[in-house]
Amino acid sequence: MSDTKLAPRDQGAPDYTKCLHPAMARNYGKWVEHERIRPGVLVYTAESGEKLYTVRAGSPRTMSPTTVRKICDIADRYCEGFLRFSMRTNVEFSLTKEEDVEPLIEAIKSELGFPIGGTGASISNIAHTQGWLHCNLPATDAAGAVKALMDDLIEEFEQENFPNRVKLSTSCCQINCGRHSDIAIIVQHHHAPRINHNKMQICELPKVVAICPVAAIRPSVVDGHQTVEVVEEKCMYCGACHGQCPSMEIRDSDTDSLSIWVGGKGANTRSGPSLMKLAVWGLPNNPPRWPEVSEAVRTILKAYREGAKDWERVGEWIERIGWQRFFEKTGFPFTKYHIEDSPNAMWTYNRSTHVRI
Amino acid sequence: MAKKNDEKGTTNPELNIPLLNELEEGQWPSFVSDLKQWSKTKPQVAQLLNQLEESYENRWNYWTGTVLNVSGYGGGVIARLSEKADKYPDLAEFHTIRVIPPPGFVYSTERLRNLADICEKHGAGILQLHGLTGDALALGFDNEGTFAAAEELMANGWDLGGSGPALRSLQCCVGQARCEMACFDTMKTTRFLTNHYISFLHRPELMYKFKIKVSGCANDCANAMIGSDMPIIGTWRGPMQIDQEKVAEYIEEKGVEHVIDNVITRCPTNCLSLKGKQMVVDNENCVRCMHCINVMHKALKPGKDRGVTICLGAKRTLKIGDTMSSVIVPFMKLETEEDFQNLTDLIDRMWEFWNDNGMDHERIGEFIARVGLATFLEGCGIDPDPRMVQSTRTSPYIKFEELAPGLFEGEQTQQPKVWNREPDTREPSD
Repeated sequence: MSDTKLAPRDQGAPDYTKCLHPAMARNYGKWVEHERIRPGVLVYTAESGEKLYTVRAGSPRTMSPTTVRKICDIADRYCEGFLRFSMRTNVEFSLTKEEDVEPLIEAIKSELGFPIGGTGASISNIAHTQGWLHCNLPATDAAGAVKALMDDLIEEFEQENFPNRVKLSTSCCQINCGRHSDIAIIVQHHHAPRINHNKMQICELPKVVAICPVAAIRPSVVDGHQTVEVVEEKCMYCGACHGQCPSMEIRDSDTDSLSIWVGGKGANTRSGPSLMKLAVWGLPNNPPRWPEVSEAVRTILKAYREGAKDWERVGEWIERIGWQRFFEKTGFPFTKYHIEDSPNAMWTYNRSTHVRI
Repeated sequence: MAKKNDEKGTTNPELNIPLLNELEEGQWPSFVSDLKQWSKTKPQVAQLLNQLEESYENRWNYWTGTVLNVSGYGGGVIARLSEKADKYPDLAEFHTIRVIPPPGFVYSTERLRNLADICEKHGAGILQLHGLTGDALALGFDNEGTFAAAEELMANGWDLGGSGPALRSLQCCVGQARCEMACFDTMKTTRFLTNHYISFLHRPELMYKFKIKVSGCANDCANAMIGSDMPIIGTWRGPMQIDQEKVAEYIEEKGVEHVIDNVITRCPTNCLSLKGKQMVVDNENCVRCMHCINVMHKALKPGKDRGVTICLGAKRTLKIGDTMSSVIVPFMKLETEEDFQNLTDLIDRMWEFWNDNGMDHERIGEFIARVGLATFLEGCGIDPDPRMVQSTRTSPYIKFEELAPGLFEGEQTQQPKVWNREPDTREPSD
C-alpha cells in the first residue's frame, strides 16, 4: 500500500441533499399531511399540493450486489433514481406519479420478490444482528431466525391488523444488540464460562477481571501461568467476559436456549418508553427454522390482537391487563424466574393491594 | 494463509448446505437464495455458506475477532478470522467495513451502485442495509481488500463508520424530507454532528462507545430513546396547532365515542377535552407525546415554535442492567449556527467530564448512575431543572452545602469540581 496515494480522510457523512428524491428536495420541511392508501403504500402531501407516493418493501437486509442493483434498476425506472431504507431495513420507493404505483409494486414483487407492507399497525421487519454469518460471539443465528419467523408472519407484515404496530428483534447473545422491542428473542446461557487456560495469553487479564459486573472473576495461576478464575455462585452467565476475552467461553451448543421478552417501546407516545420483560424462557435453539420460537411469538400476537385496545402497544396492553392476565391469555407458565432479582428488583414487585381476584 | 485476491475463485467449492436450503422455502425473501446465486460470481461466498451450514449443524460459531485498521483510522473495520480457514481458505480474513450512509438512509441509485461496485471489486460484495449500528455494512474483505476498498470508498466520497470506544455512526429518521411531524431538521443535525465530531468517530478517544440518534418527534422513528446514549428528539413550545374544522370533520366521520376512546382518554396528562365538536387542549400540561396528533394527524399538528429535547444515558443490559435515557436539556432551539454551537458546547462539556471521571468501558448512562445526576450536572455546568426528574428524592440523607457548620480554622473547603463556563448564552427555555 505504501506506493498508493491515500484518499482524503475524515470526510464524514455523504451529502444527503444529493440523495433526496427531487420531490423531497422541493418540499423539504414543507409537508403538511399523509395518508395510508393501503398497507405498505403512503401518500404525502406538501404545502404546494404536490403528492409523493411511497411504497415500502421488506428486504432480507443481507443482500448481494445483484439484488442491490435490481433495487436500483427499479428506482431508476419509477423513482427518478432515488430510494431510501427505513430503520428496520425496509426499502422505500418514492414516486410522484400515482399511475406508476401499481406497476412499481408489480416490479418489486416480480423482480425482487420483496413483500409490500410494514406500515401502520403491522409487524415490522425484524431488527437483527449478525449471528453465525459474521459475529465472533453469537450462540445462534440472526438472518436465518428472521427469515424463518418472517415466513411465518408475512401476512402480518402485509396487513395492518393489530391494535398498533409490533416491532420485533432478535439477539444472538446476551449483549443484546437487537435491543428492546415489543417482542424480542434473546439467547440465554446456563452456566459460568469455561476458561481455556491455555489461551489466556491472548487476553488482557486486568480487563477481563474488571469487566465482570458482579466481580465474579479474579486473578489466578494455573500451571505456573497467569490466568483467571470464576466464582460460580456470583456469576450470572451474562457473557461480558466472553466479549472481552474469547478464552472465557460462555456459549454451549448443548444447553444455550432462547427466551422471549415483551413490551419494549422506544416511542414517547402515551405511556413513554419502556423496557421489555421476560415472557417465556427455555425454548430450544433449533436451527434452521426455530419452530418453537415462531409458535410462542404467534401465541403472544394472538392474545395481543384479541385483547388490546386500539393504539395500545404490547407493553401498554400488558400494563393495563396485568401480568396475571397475560399469562392466563397466553397459557405460558409464570415461574420464579420471572421475578426480578437485580438490585432494583423491589420496584418491580406489586407494591399495593391492587390485585385482580 | 489468505490467498491473494486474484487467486480467489480459482476453485469453486461445491455447496453442501441441506439445512440452509430449508431457508429457501417460504415467502419472505431468502438471503440464502440470494447468496447461493451470488456464490457463482464469488466463490468465497460458497465457503461462507458452507461454514454457516456447519454452524447450523453444530449450533456453534466459527469466527474470531481481531483488530485491523485502515491507515489513519482507529475503527470502522470489524475484522473477522475464520477458525475453519484450513477448510475454507477464503474465509481466513473476512472482514466487515462499516460505511457511514447518507443521513436518513437516503440514496441516489448512482451512490448505491457505486457502493456495490466498490465492495464487489475488492471483496465478497455482500451488503447489509443497514446494521443496527447505523452503518451500511459491507462484508467479506481480506486485509489487502479492506485497505484497497477503504481507499476507493474514500476517494468516492464515502467514509468509514465508528466502532469501539468512539462516537458511533449517527442515525436519524426521514425527518423533514418526507414527514410533516418532524419538528426540526434531523438530516442536517445528523450530518452536522457527524462531520463536526468526525475525528471522535474514527478514533477511540472516549471511555466507551457513544451513540447519538436523532428523531424528528416523540414518535422516535430513529429508535433513539432506548437505542442511543444521546437521543435528540423533536418537540415544540407553546400551543399545538389545531384546525377545528378538521376536528369537526373527524368527529363527524368517526363519531364522538371513537374520539373519546382513542384520543381524549388516551392523553397521558389528561389535557384533552371536547366542547361540542371542538378540541380543547390544556397546552400547559401537554407533554408532547404525539399520540393525539398521530390519530388526528390532519386536524392536529405540532406547535410552530419548534426545537428539541435532549436526553442522555440509554444502553442495553450489560453490565449494570438497562439504563434509559433521561432529560438533560428540556428544550432548546436547533436552527441557527449559534444553536448548533450550543449543542456542540454541551456535548464537549459532557464528554470532558465523562472522560475525566468515567471508568474504562463505562457508558455515559452507567457513569451517571454511579456518580448521580446532580454530580453530573454540576460537573458539566448544567443547571438542574425539575423536568429532568420524575419526582424529587425520597431519601432524607442529604449533604446540604449551604447548611453545613463552619469549618475549623485552617481547614480547607472541598468544593466539587465545577466547569468554569462562559455566561450561558443559550435561548431561555420555555
